[in-house]
Amino acid sequence: MSETTTRPRRFLAFARNTWRGLTSMRTALILLFLLALAAMPGALLPQRSLNLPRALDYIDSHGWWGRFLDRLQFFDVYASVWFSAIYLLLFISLVGCLLPRTVEYAKAIKAQPVLTPRNLTRLPHSGEAESDATPDEVVAGARRHLKGWRVLEREEEDGVRTVSAERGYLREAGNLVFHFAMLGLIVALAVGKMLNYEGQVIVVADGSEFCNSGTLGYDSFKPGLRVDGTDLAPFCVRVNGFDASYLPNGQAEQFTAQVDYQAGTDLDDDHWQPYRLQVNDPLRIVGDRVYLLGHGYAPTFTVTFPDGQRRTQTIQWRTVDALTLLSEGATKFDPPGVTDSEERRKRQIAVTGLFAPTALIEDKVLTSSHPQLTDPAVAVDVMRGDLGIDSGRGQSIFEIDQSLVDSGRLTRVARENLKPGGAITLDDGTKVTFDGVQQWVSLQVSHDPTQLWVLVSAVLMVLGLGVSLTIKRRRVWVRATPAGDGRTVVRVGGLARTDQAGYGEEFNRLAALLLDPRRDS
Amino acid sequence: MPVNETLANYGDWLYGAAALVYVFAMVLYTTEQAFTRKAKRSEQAEAKVLVGAGAPAEVADTPKIGRLEEQPGRGRADRAGRMAVALTVLGALLHLTSIVLRGVATGRAPWGNMYEYGAATMFVAVVTWLVLVRKFDVRRLGAFVLTPVVILMFLGGTALYTAAAPVQPALQSYWLVIHVAAAILSSGLFLVPGVVSVLYLVRVKHDANPAKFARLGPRLPVADALDRLAYRTTIFAFPIYTFGIICGAIWAEAAWGRFWGWDPKETVAFVAWVVYAGYLHSRATAGWRGTRAAVINSVAFGMVVFNLFFINLVIAGLHSYAK
Ligand code: HEM
Repeated sequence: MSETTTRPRRFLAFARNTWRGLTSMRTALILLFLLALAAMPGALLPQRSLNLPRALDYIDSHGWWGRFLDRLQFFDVYASVWFSAIYLLLFISLVGCLLPRTVEYAKAIKAQPVLTPRNLTRLPHSGEAESDATPDEVVAGARRHLKGWRVLEREEEDGVRTVSAERGYLREAGNLVFHFAMLGLIVALAVGKMLNYEGQVIVVADGSEFCNSGTLGYDSFKPGLRVDGTDLAPFCVRVNGFDASYLPNGQAEQFTAQVDYQAGTDLDDDHWQPYRLQVNDPLRIVGDRVYLLGHGYAPTFTVTFPDGQRRTQTIQWRTVDALTLLSEGATKFDPPGVTDSEERRKRQIAVTGLFAPTALIEDKVLTSSHPQLTDPAVAVDVMRGDLGIDSGRGQSIFEIDQSLVDSGRLTRVARENLKPGGAITLDDGTKVTFDGVQQWVSLQVSHDPTQLWVLVSAVLMVLGLGVSLTIKRRRVWVRATPAGDGRTVVRVGGLARTDQAGYGEEFNRLAALLLDPRRDS
Repeated sequence: MPVNETLANYGDWLYGAAALVYVFAMVLYTTEQAFTRKAKRSEQAEAKVLVGAGAPAEVADTPKIGRLEEQPGRGRADRAGRMAVALTVLGALLHLTSIVLRGVATGRAPWGNMYEYGAATMFVAVVTWLVLVRKFDVRRLGAFVLTPVVILMFLGGTALYTAAAPVQPALQSYWLVIHVAAAILSSGLFLVPGVVSVLYLVRVKHDANPAKFARLGPRLPVADALDRLAYRTTIFAFPIYTFGIICGAIWAEAAWGRFWGWDPKETVAFVAWVVYAGYLHSRATAGWRGTRAAVINSVAFGMVVFNLFFINLVIAGLHSYAK
C-alpha cells in the first residue's frame, strides 16, 4: 500500500476514535466532573464580574500568587478559556450522544418485544409453578395482568405458548427531552450572551426622568458581545417619589418608587403611564426590565454668590452605612457669569461631607441613628478654589479631588453642621444654604431576548427528568408448557432494562399473578 | 406585621425538645444496632430470590422488604427499634409543631433565615427516614441518620439562631415560599442517601476484607440494599432540586435583574446539581456503578451541606442575607 492511501484512512480512523471517545458515557461523566470542578473557584475567589474592587484587592494583597491566578483567569472563571472549553466539549459530547440515541429510539418505538428466551431461569428474575389452567388460559391471564405493556404472543412446538412483554418506552423519550432541552438551554444562554445588555443609573426621585436612548445616559453599562448601544429599546421613566418603611431597628420593610413611564406611541404624544416600582416587581416594557435596586439621599444646597446670583443643586450622595443610610458626597458649583477660566478656577465651590437622615450629634460629630428621614442634618466642609472639573480628567461625583487639596489649590473655608434651612456665610459674602433633601433611586435596566427560551428549556428539562426517573423499563416473559393430564407448567422471567435497583419486589408481585392465571389482580 | 413573641418562644422551646427526643431515639437505635449480630435473615432470603430461580412458593411469599417481622432471638433489639421509631415520630411531631409556631408567630413562611431553613430541612430528613423505614428493612441505621440531624439542629439552634422577625423586602415574595421550599425538601431528602452511601462504602470495604470495619460492617444491611435505598431516594429528590434551582433563577430574575449571575450560592448549587447528574450517569456507565457511584453521591451531598454553611457564612454574596 502506498503512503497516500493509508494516511487519509489513518486520519479517518483517528477522527472516528476521537468522536467515539468524546461521545462516550465515560467521557460525559468526566466532563461533568471537570465542569463541577472548574465552576468551584468562582464561588471561592472574588470575581471581577460580581465585585471588581474585591477582586482587585485580592490580587493586590496576594502578590505573585494573586497575579499568577489572575493570569490563569481565576477571577473571570465563567469567561475563562478553560471553563468555556469544558463547556464546549460537553456540548459536543451531548450532541454526539443524542443524535444516535434519537435514531435508536425512533427504531425502538416500532420494535416488537423480544422473543422469549429458551431458558427463563437464567434471567435475573424468574419463577415457576404448575397450574391446572390450560396454556390458553395462562396466556389470557397474562394479557389481563399485563395491561399497559406492549405484548407479543407466540406459539412454539408441542402446544407451548409464550408471551413477551415490555413497557417503559416513555422513559427514554423523557430522557431525550431532558437532554435536548438542556441543549436548547445552552444555546439560548449563548445567544443571550450576545444580545443582552444591562445598565445602571441613579435618578433623583423629584420628577427627574431617565430615557433609554443611549449608553451615555447610564452611570454604568454592560453590553453583550454583539451590542454597541446604538439601538436600545426606546422608553422613558420618570421617578416622582420614593417611600421606604422601616422597622424600629432600622431593618427595611418595603421600598416603593412611584414612577411614570412611556414607550411606543406614548413617546410621541407624551403620554405617561403610572407604575409602582418595588423590589421583586420590575417594570417590564418593550422587552426590557426596569428594576429598583437601591436608594439613598440627595441633599439640596443653594449657593448665593456675592453678586446676588443663586445656584441650586440636588446631587445624589452615596450611602456609607447601609443600616442607617449615613451618606457622603460632594455637591459642586461653578460661579455663574465668570468667563475667564483662570478666575473661575479660583472661585469654584464644593460642599462635601456627611448627611444623616436621623441626626445624632455628639461632640459636633454627626452620625445617623436611623435610615428614615425624621431629623436630617449635614456636616459639611465648604471648599473653594479649583475643583479640577475643567481639567479633562474624569472625577467621581461623590468626592473632590484630594490632590488639589494637597497642592493647596482647593482650600476649606468653612466647616459646619446644618439642619434644613441652615446657612453658612463665607468670608467673601457667599452664602451656602442647606435647603432640604430629596431621595434618589438606583435603577437597573436589563435586556435579554432569550430569557423566555431559557425558561422554556428549563421547564422541559424538569418535565423530561420527571418522566425519565419515574418510568421504569421492564421486560417480562411467560412460557406455558402443557404437562399432560390438563395441567400446565408456567415459567416466568424478568429483566430490568434500566436501573437494576428494585425490580425484585415488583417482579415478585407480578410473577405471583402470572403464575396463577385464574386470579384477578 | 408584629411578631408574636410568646408563640415564637414556644416554637424555640419545642425545637429543643425535638432535638432532645431525637437524641434519645438515637440511643435506642444504637441499642438495636448493638444487639443485631449480622444482616437479618429476611435480607439474605431476598438476595437469593434476586439471583436464582425460586420455587413458586418462595416467589410468592418472599418476605416483603421492610415488613417488621418478629424474629425469635431478636426480641430485645426489636423492642428497642420499635421504641426508637416511636420516639422519632414523637420528635418529628414536636419538630413540626415548632416550625408551625414560628410561621404563625411571624405571619410568613417559616424559612426566612438559616435557623428556620435548617429546622425545616432537618424535619424533612427525619420524615424521609420514617417513610423509608416503613419500606426498607433499615431501621437499625437510624442512629447514623439522626446523628447529622442532631448536629445540624444543634448548630442551627446555637450559632445560627435568629430571633423571630419579618424578612427584608428582597425576601418578600411568593418565590421565597416556592424556591426555598423546594430547596428544603430536596436537601432534606438528600441527607438520607448521603448517609446511606457512606454506609454502603463501609459495607463494601468490609465485604472485601472482613477485617475492616469488623464491628460495624456485619451489622449493616447488605450492600445491594443500601445502594438501592440511596438510588431511589436520590432520584426522587433530584427533580425537586432541579425545580428548586429553576425557581431560584426565576426569582433572581425578578429580584436581582438577572436569572443567573454566578453568585457563590448559585454556583455551588449548580456544582452540586452537576455532581448529582454525575451520580445518575455513573449508574449507567460500565465500571462506575457501585463504589464510585456511592462516592459521587456522598460528595454531592457534601456540596449541598457546603453550600448551606460555608457559602452562607463565610463567602459574601447576594444570598448572604439568608443568614
Ligand atoms: C455525552 C453526553 C451524554 C450522554 C452519553 C448521556 C447519557 C445519558 C444516559 C444514557 C442516561 C440514562 C441513565 C439512566 O437511565 O439512569 C442519562 C441520564 C441523565 N443525563 Fe445524560 N448524557 C450525556 C450528557 C449529559 C449532560 C451533559 C448532562 C448534564 C449535566 C446530563 C444529565 C443527565 C441526567 C440528569 C440524567 C438522569 C436521568 C436519568 O437517569 O434517566 N447528561 N444520560
